Amino acid sequence: MTELPRLPTAGGCRETPILKQRGQREVFCGLTGIIWLHRKMQDAFFLVIGSRTCAHLLQSAAGVMIFAEPRFGTAILEETDLAGLADAQDELDKVVDELLARRPDIKQLFLVGSCPSEVIKLDLAKAAERMTQRHAPSVRVLNFSGSGIETTFTQGEDACLASMVPVLPKTDDRQLLLVGALPDVVEEQAIGLLEAMGIGPIKVLPAPRADSDLAVGPNTVYALTQPFLGDTHDALTRRGARHLPAPFPFGEEGTTQWLAAIAAEFGVSPDLFDQVTAAPSARARKAIAQAAEALNGKSIFFFPDSQLEIPLARFLTRECGMDAIEVGAPFIHKGIVGPDLDLLAEGPTISEGQDVDLQLDRAKTAKPDLTVCGLGLANPLEAEGLATKWAIELVFTPVHFYEQAGDLAGLFSRPIRRADLLKLEATE
Amino acid sequence: MKLTVWTYEGPPHVGAMRVATGMRDLHYVLHAPQGDTYADLLFTMIERRDHRPPVTYTTFQARDLGADTANLFKTAAQGAYDRFQPQAIIVGASCTAELIQDDPGGMAETMGLPIPTIPLELPSYQRKENFGADETFFQIVKTLARPMERTKQITANLIGPTALGFRHRDDIQEVTALLSDMGISVNVVAPMTSSPQDISKMGAAHFNVLMYPETAESAARWMEQELDQPYTKTVPIGVGATRDFINEVAKITGKDAYLDTSRLRLPWYSKSVDSTYLTGKRVFLFGDGTHVLAAARIAQDEMGFEVVGMGCYNREMARPVRAKAREMGIEATITDDYLEVERVIEALQPEMILGTQMERHIGKRLGIPCAVISAPVHVQDFPARYSPQMGIEGANVIFDTWVHPLVMGLEEHLLHMFREDFEFHDAAGPSHHGGHAPKPEDGGGPAPQPAASPRSLSGKMNEGSVIWLADAEKELKKIPFFVRGKARRNTEVFASERGVAEISVDTLYEAKAHYAR
Repeated sequence: MTELPRLPTAGGCRETPILKQRGQREVFCGLTGIIWLHRKMQDAFFLVIGSRTCAHLLQSAAGVMIFAEPRFGTAILEETDLAGLADAQDELDKVVDELLARRPDIKQLFLVGSCPSEVIKLDLAKAAERMTQRHAPSVRVLNFSGSGIETTFTQGEDACLASMVPVLPKTDDRQLLLVGALPDVVEEQAIGLLEAMGIGPIKVLPAPRADSDLAVGPNTVYALTQPFLGDTHDALTRRGARHLPAPFPFGEEGTTQWLAAIAAEFGVSPDLFDQVTAAPSARARKAIAQAAEALNGKSIFFFPDSQLEIPLARFLTRECGMDAIEVGAPFIHKGIVGPDLDLLAEGPTISEGQDVDLQLDRAKTAKPDLTVCGLGLANPLEAEGLATKWAIELVFTPVHFYEQAGDLAGLFSRPIRRADLLKLEATE
Repeated sequence: MKLTVWTYEGPPHVGAMRVATGMRDLHYVLHAPQGDTYADLLFTMIERRDHRPPVTYTTFQARDLGADTANLFKTAAQGAYDRFQPQAIIVGASCTAELIQDDPGGMAETMGLPIPTIPLELPSYQRKENFGADETFFQIVKTLARPMERTKQITANLIGPTALGFRHRDDIQEVTALLSDMGISVNVVAPMTSSPQDISKMGAAHFNVLMYPETAESAARWMEQELDQPYTKTVPIGVGATRDFINEVAKITGKDAYLDTSRLRLPWYSKSVDSTYLTGKRVFLFGDGTHVLAAARIAQDEMGFEVVGMGCYNREMARPVRAKAREMGIEATITDDYLEVERVIEALQPEMILGTQMERHIGKRLGIPCAVISAPVHVQDFPARYSPQMGIEGANVIFDTWVHPLVMGLEEHLLHMFREDFEFHDAAGPSHHGGHAPKPEDGGGPAPQPAASPRSLSGKMNEGSVIWLADAEKELKKIPFFVRGKARRNTEVFASERGVAEISVDTLYEAKAHYAR
């Protein structure tokens, strides 16, 4: 079996006290996840029940307008819905009937709660139940909340996946479930590696289509591919499935450890494991080394955004030679990122939640070589001379597993290389 | 409840943010949940602003709802004052905060901050972004501006430009130059560029130039009433409108009308023989009311196009847009439903669309060239170069922008001549657009592909009762793509009017003769 990771000699960050501040946040709400989820589930439609703000967010979140075949939309609440002049449930039925009549290709409909729908206590669970009966068997209707009063950015995907777990059929078969929405190419790589070790059957949540044979039960073990899937983790545990905790598959080390945790569960021999992973892990190390040249010895500061911060800090400090100053995450679930915290050497401030003004003060004082933050902060920080990496790209780009490890390092080295490249002064 | 896929306007508090972000030393305390902070990126990414918008979001969460969101608001407002030391604060609620009825305006007033505190009532479930901007600017002006002694020289305020506005940055410069040429200087430009202290000096100007009625008409009317300042009604976009604007300013001020036309190129470019091909191009206009009205006049009178359809998404401008459409003998499309606009364009088959970024995508799908004339904005609408819409240079910019998507005159003829050539065929698109050639139609005939996408949402299917015979269909494909849509539609109308059920090659050419100009 592969060598065990070198644990930090001075101890990891699992027991480091977490800095918690309460103030203004600068983060997306969970609705943003729809932008990638609707591409992943090709027969699903996401109907946000919300305000014009929600519709505007979905249109603006990616920084560009994605007009191609939208499989999401917003049922905008109007004055009459709020004043009780119209029964919101009846109105919702009308909108959904209209939508399903026009889009017979839809097999799964997600009713997505928003801040306004939560505040007026619109019962979307009841609506989903009623609609499922009405449109069965052709359409399954589920609900989850992507509201900004309850969810932060990637928690929207968590809420969506968690909503699917209770309705999965039961199975007693021994199987591996990979959990998290990944780009297809990355997902296929992971499955390829695991199958080469003789592990199977392998299922994926979310499945690309509603009519897949996805089921769950007491003989299911599951590995998370994303660190923000806390509720999904709990929902799967309630169905009797067992979690395989591991560092997340970012970078060579993360990928190897993640695969190793699964391999151990399935009794894969060390020889076979090495045989399968040797070539891709060597490629990953080589690719990372190239990109890491620009990162070595540089400092990094994470603003909370996607919950990927802790695993990424682990990757950047251990494999790219960076120094972490602060690692901020919107939410820290130690049951999930614990193995990454163990590997992250003590030193950086670990912060959860945010008071953005105070955090900006800390960043400006620390003057990190690279700041990872959301789109609202990136250009203002660049204008102050701080190189930034906008965090949303980490969620939209294939960055998991061996073959993308170099690309992942490249996402961080590019802003630093670019700052060195641009020369706008006179030659003298 | 209304099903919406894409929106032309954001919620009204985004309009308020456009005002606040354009200004200096003003701060906006917005009672809102964390997700509403997405709006910051509109300014930092689309407009590439190098500062965060001056907005503090109270960031309440679900667990605060039963407890004390009001106190959260007060803490945030006090914190914003202490940190940013603004000259004035505007306070309001986003859509969610409106529902919990904390009355941020009332709370802020009781806090006794030593600066003007301006409460905003922006009904999120009834109104939209432009209303939000207009109302916010109006409230700021109403609170801060007072009648005062006029400047000795004749001066004007330029009102309406905001952050995230369509070419507002450059229009300010152009209008300032127009006035300067007449010996009129600018007192205050607002909301963009001004501070609350500047707003309090607006009364010193002799009149107001209302650049964008969408964002400043309420303020203009109030200042006319309370500060005795007339305001200009003509928006100087296009050659004719710029001339009218100069005359209007002359009338208001008693100065001589003067327009330096030494750099004006649109009239000659439009008259020069190479522009003959522009004659009667069928165009469809859509955007905000102000830009559409201006574009209608330019399209008809200055470019020699035929306007076959027009409309706007902001209902506040429905009346003048309808009136202008009637004058042109067409019906206006007043809607904020993107799918409806697409249906209208599909039915009209114009040769060019002058619209927003949304229509640019419609055009892409239908294979119709499109130039952008109005917000909602995209990062492309903030070019690095000077690129106004107003005044002399604005007219030049508009000529270039509108002509750019088209296949040029001689090239159009060559495409007719060599339409069977394997390289020089019409599907290659305009030769000056490198990689953006329309895709070929399946079955050989080169044509742009009308994609099936959200039409499936619109539900309306083709009623097509007229059948194209194979020969006629083949002949149709020989017609260059940029007029093919028109030819198809004209022929179908011609056939159905005459009760012809099948279109033959003869029908095609009879229709062509019938519609010949």
